[in-house]
Amino acid sequence: MKYAIGRRSLLAGMSALFVGACSKVADSSVGRSLFDASQRWHQSVHRSLADRMALAKEYSKAEISPFFRGNGSLTVDTPEYEASVVNQFKDWTLEVRGLVDTPLTLTMENIRSLTQRTQITRHDCVEGWSAIGEWTGPQLSTLLEAAGVQNDAKFAVFRCADTLAGRQYYESVDLVDAMHPQTIIAHELNGEPLEVQNGAPLRMRIERQLGYKHAKYLTAIELVADLADLGEGEGGYWEDRAGYQWYAGI
Amino acid sequence: MGSKTKRHGLITRVWHWLNLVCVVILFMSGLTISNAHRYLYWGEWGFSPDQAWLSVPRFPGWLTIPTNYNLAEARDWHLLMAWPFAVGLLVMWIAMLITGHFWRDIRTRLREWKPTAIWQDITEHLKLNFDHEVGKYNFLQKLAYGVVLGIFLPGMVLSGLAISPGFEPAAPWIVELLGGRQSARSIHFIFSWGLFGFFVIHVALVILAGPIGQIRDMITGGNAAEEKQV
Repeated sequence: MKYAIGRRSLLAGMSALFVGACSKVADSSVGRSLFDASQRWHQSVHRSLADRMALAKEYSKAEISPFFRGNGSLTVDTPEYEASVVNQFKDWTLEVRGLVDTPLTLTMENIRSLTQRTQITRHDCVEGWSAIGEWTGPQLSTLLEAAGVQNDAKFAVFRCADTLAGRQYYESVDLVDAMHPQTIIAHELNGEPLEVQNGAPLRMRIERQLGYKHAKYLTAIELVADLADLGEGEGGYWEDRAGYQWYAGI
Repeated sequence: MGSKTKRHGLITRVWHWLNLVCVVILFMSGLTISNAHRYLYWGEWGFSPDQAWLSVPRFPGWLTIPTNYNLAEARDWHLLMAWPFAVGLLVMWIAMLITGHFWRDIRTRLREWKPTAIWQDITEHLKLNFDHEVGKYNFLQKLAYGVVLGIFLPGMVLSGLAISPGFEPAAPWIVELLGGRQSARSIHFIFSWGLFGFFVIHVALVILAGPIGQIRDMITGGNAAEEKQV
């Protein structure tokens, strides 16, 4: 028995050493820069193997999942938002601002009067689950073309009304994803106005990336040259708070 | 090259140990990712326990990387180690095809697929008799190495790629082939346990066949003349 216990503690010791070494690497600057480099390689491989404008798969109506679960923020905890829900978002506005020639302020009516895109797509959460829904709204590119994106703009930042654990939600993508045909500002899910748990009245659809990029309760789209000045500089709520990868295509 | 006198070629040895590190980190960080959503589905979608075909147990911290539940760091490790894992496998396959290692040593022949011969192989293994005549590996070894190299390892790469929404537009056929994204995720999980099963048997047989010599040969290459293998 002495031998068995010795072997077991040897194995446990080896495992602890190994896992300990992993966490040392993960906390080091070398580890961090390897992780960041790996994320960039994934992104550039995705973009060089597929056309930059290649579409995510679209489904038929029969494939829509029975309901679309809400995740993350399920509402916005302010009296202003509650008032907006009551008046069916008649007072809601979406700003397009930052590095644009003509800043815009759009009402829900303005947004509904733009050319619409309807797409049945799959939503993949970073945790692993998927749901299929039909989304309708104008393409982000329509708004960006109307506002006129300036040359030094590199990223589109999505400003949101919701807070999670006391922090304001926000997200960002580069201009390739911002101008992608399936990147829409959705105000309808499965033919109905968005429900509160799904981000009413407006949410982003970034179809080739994971769910945390699809900012809900959208109040503004801001064009910026650099993400360093926003939040803690990582480019999004989960990136700042938990260290999630900024490129969420994998 | 010296491949005629060495028991294991240089590429085989480098790949074997690199792949071990990759698979261990991928497996342990994968368990953290599994903990993030412990339900597996078939088809394209699935998000609640009542749609799941399997509810996976929560894996304890001593089995996961990192030891606390940190999905971001687990994904950092998983997506980093996927590179040497996939590229290493590709290089190993190219090398096996060029040197003839696969065709000569690992491929099974039709005549080997005889129930009596297979049964004899199994009983010899159970008697812990690992000496065999012609050829580098016996039938069960060829089958195990062939399934791992030809199905489980490339299957992990393919099903892993299929789960990536950014990669999908580049090769939508992979997701179709595997029956949808959630099926691909289920296959990724099943294959990872298939590899774990191989790992356990492989290590057990190495220990039974004399671990010091086996490990030494997988490092130095060993001597082909005194073959005795698991």
